[in-house]
Amino acid sequence: MSIKPVAGENESMNQMLLKRISIPNSADIDVAMAHGAYASVEKAYATRPVDVIDEMKRSGLRGRGGAGFPTGTKWSFAAMDPKMPRYLICNADEGEPGTFKDRFILEQDPHLLIEGMIIAAYAIRAVRGYIYLRGEYPVAFGILNRAIAKAYEKGFLGSNIRGKGVAFDLSVHRGAGAYICGEETSLIESLEGKRGQPRVRPPFPANAGAWGMPTVVNNVETLANVPFVISLGSEAYAQIGSEGSTGTKIFSVSGAVMKPGGYELPMGTTLREIIYTHAGGIRGGRRLKAIIPGGVSTPMLTPDHLDVKMDFNSLLSAGSMLGSGAVIVMDDSTCMVKATAVIARFFEHESCGKCTSCREGTGWLSRIYQRLVAGKGRENDIDVLLDICKKMKGTCFCPLGEGALQPVLSSIRYFRADYERCIRKDGCDAKPCKG
Amino acid sequence: MLSPGVIARIREARRQYPDARAAVLPALHLVQEEAGHLSAEVMGPIAELLDVPESDVFGAATFYALFRWKPGGRHVISVCHNLPCSLLGAESIIEHLSRKLGVAEGQVTEDGRFSFQRIECIGRCDGAPAMLVDDEYHGELTPEKIDELLARYA
Ligand SMILES: Cc1cc2nc3c(=O)[nH]c(=O)nc-3n(C[C@H](O)[C@H](O)[C@H](O)COP(=O)(O)O)c2cc1C
Ligand code: SF4
Ligand code: FES
Repeated sequence: MSIKPVAGENESMNQMLLKRISIPNSADIDVAMAHGAYASVEKAYATRPVDVIDEMKRSGLRGRGGAGFPTGTKWSFAAMDPKMPRYLICNADEGEPGTFKDRFILEQDPHLLIEGMIIAAYAIRAVRGYIYLRGEYPVAFGILNRAIAKAYEKGFLGSNIRGKGVAFDLSVHRGAGAYICGEETSLIESLEGKRGQPRVRPPFPANAGAWGMPTVVNNVETLANVPFVISLGSEAYAQIGSEGSTGTKIFSVSGAVMKPGGYELPMGTTLREIIYTHAGGIRGGRRLKAIIPGGVSTPMLTPDHLDVKMDFNSLLSAGSMLGSGAVIVMDDSTCMVKATAVIARFFEHESCGKCTSCREGTGWLSRIYQRLVAGKGRENDIDVLLDICKKMKGTCFCPLGEGALQPVLSSIRYFRADYERCIRKDGCDAKPCKG
Repeated sequence: MLSPGVIARIREARRQYPDARAAVLPALHLVQEEAGHLSAEVMGPIAELLDVPESDVFGAATFYALFRWKPGGRHVISVCHNLPCSLLGAESIIEHLSRKLGVAEGQVTEDGRFSFQRIECIGRCDGAPAMLVDDEYHGELTPEKIDELLARYA
């Protein structure tokens, strides 16, 4: 593997989730256990499932998969549903372009994830769990399978965990290349062996998920936080982070920065600190032009937003979203028409085809962008793009379609001049577009 | 049509689920791993083995981007062309590969050694531009680095 195997250096005192990955062989169960892995299981087992759920609620932990739903509340919905068996699914689809945070845990600290899943399963009384892993993570697949086998050997999985009479079985289910399968109901369809297309909600997975049974779907990073909530206690945990967003967040920083990487920092760290202090600032002495704060489906921001705090509420106030925390940085050499064209093509490719609005709309958007970057822009293209967005808004079956609009709307809003230059060939006569 | 080894592994995978249909994706992966690609001919045997309608197997198999329907090269190169990689030169990497291998995207080289295709983000954006060769990641690609890398694959 020629890619550096560790996350960006990080001296932060608040590092929890990525603490172990700098230790050699951190994926090995003995190494992990020598550094605290599985210690929280017995602590959780010493309390009742409902106490674990209450502890999660008090911690303020919100889902790291994109929607930011409070984890304890989600668990309580499943736990209140009398149907059995219940399922626990880890969403390891990590499909939002720009995101690679879960990879660190999956490849380098799988036992942290398994530990979190054991506790989550106990809380909701699930006896069966699956890790839905994207097909593009073949290395993680091998590592997770070995880690699960070792966890069985040590008695952390199986029919009588650590002699406490608790049962939980776990295996990995591999996806096969479909961004939509990160959406939880599509993921469940895909787990069941079907085409990964979303289901109508409600009913929500907490009540009717996998095989119609109560199911909790949580992101890798969310589940990796669980052992820390238990070991630190909810009160201490809630001290970390910012208003409405407790804990740390692993930011995946990519694009035009000196040091791309995964940086675990307290929720509420500013974009400025992430980009300039941790990721080393902009490459090649260039100037910052645009920032996508949470993966390609979140609205773009500009250098004016550098002091925005990276947490759920602050990004909403700034007109964007935390999403997966994938910070994609673009410098002043980037044409935003070209950049948005790449994203539009992605959404066209990934639209699952279930609803007309998204299936046709993402195609229209993408075709206009491909024409623009081919140097064949038309005078009314901006209006047509905006009109398509207007028609798609609120008419898509699932959030993928809505996500596809965000880069279009935000890039037109902040970088209209790029579009005009592209269309009028004013100062840009590259044909085809060189970006 | 399915080898005894694959049949045994599909049966083993099936035990992970309360319902046989869930083993369709694992089965398709296993078949592709052995044969290099899927084909219409394997849909029936998979369906029979798991006792699900053939159309359901076919429906799933045609939904996912990572399932291939024609033979790839001995080594399959998948170059990421999503935004972070694109910002750092993915398109010129793709051009270079195409020139170097003498084939267009989706095609197999004459000696059967390589085929190459585009892929969406592979979660290696910190090493952009990045690609997968079979199950191995390579990042911070440059034309020189690619030349050097290709020489390592027989
Ligand atoms: C199109 C789309 C793609 C998504 N992709 C992912 C993903 O790759 N990983 C993930 O954890 N959540 C993803 N989600 C969010 C999930 O639907 C779900 O909210 C999440 O897994 C819940 O876990 P959490 O509460 O721990 O965040 C996606 C949602 C949508 C609409
Ligand atoms: S919005 Fe797009 S991805 Fe979602 S159901 Fe409709 S076509 Fe499928
Ligand atoms: S965009 Fe290429 S690996 Fe993520």
